[in-house]
Amino acid sequence: MAMTTHVDIVSAEKAIWSGPATMVFAPGEMGELGIAPRHTALLTRLKAGEVRVQDEQGNEESFFISGGILEVQPSVVTVLSDTAVRADDLDEAQAIAAKERAEADMENRKTDMDYARAKAELAEAVAMMETIKKVRNRK
Amino acid sequence: MAGAKEIRTQIKSIKNTQKITKAMEMVAAAKMRKAQDRMEASRPYAEKMRNVISHVAHAHAEIKHPFMIEREVKRIGYIVITSDRGLCGGLNSNLFRAVVNDMMSFDEKGIEIDVVAVGRKAADFFKRSGGNVVASATQLGDSPEIGDLIGAVKVMLDAFEEGRIDALYIISNEFVNSMTQKPTISKLLPIADHSESEFSYHWDYIYEPDSRDILGSLLMRFIESQVYQGVVENIACEMSARMVAMKSATDNAGDMIDGLELVYNKARQAAITQEISEIVSGAAAV
Repeated sequence: MAMTTHVDIVSAEKAIWSGPATMVFAPGEMGELGIAPRHTALLTRLKAGEVRVQDEQGNEESFFISGGILEVQPSVVTVLSDTAVRADDLDEAQAIAAKERAEADMENRKTDMDYARAKAELAEAVAMMETIKKVRNRK
Repeated sequence: MAGAKEIRTQIKSIKNTQKITKAMEMVAAAKMRKAQDRMEASRPYAEKMRNVISHVAHAHAEIKHPFMIEREVKRIGYIVITSDRGLCGGLNSNLFRAVVNDMMSFDEKGIEIDVVAVGRKAADFFKRSGGNVVASATQLGDSPEIGDLIGAVKVMLDAFEEGRIDALYIISNEFVNSMTQKPTISKLLPIADHSESEFSYHWDYIYEPDSRDILGSLLMRFIESQVYQGVVENIACEMSARMVAMKSATDNAGDMIDGLELVYNKARQAAITQEISEIVSGAAAV
């Protein structure tokens, strides 16, 4: 029986694949990697590309990832895959968009938090909830 | 006493409302299950990542990423996660109460506060009551993607790295069970250092490119996934809170209908009795 290593491919949104494999291929940032069981511990970033997993029967499964991080330990290989396309300038653009959204929302805002107003508003909401509860209990 | 016809119209309109609340309840129940699944699905990623981070932090005691360094707190950041839509009971108000109390305690110490609003309700709340909102992410829908959050989170991470804020907190509802949701505040940055935990032998990764770089991208993704989890969990909370709220609305509508039907029957009987007595007295007069 061939030696295997446990492989987990996960993304922030879901677990993609998990199981034993005899060989894993991944697109490392510094070059294509082939990882056999008992590979030494390694941590690297992945480029967008294909991750291939070979199981004991020699069948290959392949997954496309848009980048991520690969962690290798002698008996475990973990692919932390990104679900979104990442690049520094792309992230920057997203951050600017998020800022602009906030600015558009908050036109003419006061930057100082008006605690008195916030408290009053919340007290009203709480009173409303209490009333509803009372009405329900009365019957 | 109101006329029989008016009461009948009122009953009909309440019945229509009841149909709507009933439908909303069932939709929320179905969506809650999906949101719960999504919540479960996002857990392994954060778990794996936490393992790796503690390994790296342990193996390289001399390397400390800025995200892991505690410093004097002069200004803090909040990521406030709420729903986009209302009609979910006291879910958002309870959360805002927790936020406002927490903010006031920092305010009293003279610490300034920046806010990132996630969800329409948070954006609206801070618009009304003021507060320095530096970024927002709204209209995430029922199945948010991590890509929708990257921008808003990056604003805070950059602020932390550049020293504009000294701590970052996240506030969202915790899904205890389908009846209970609890607003929780937890600290995202600086990340608590776990390097005290002792391994029995020393080992280290081979890093490509270098460890500092990798640690940076790991930590960034870790924070993002924490925020994403918060958002997904908050959706599960929103749906269960809405389910409960709509259920009680449906029950209330049922009670109102019962009450009104009683009034309606009394009015009808009174009308009949009156008519009979009129006929009888008319006949007697003849």
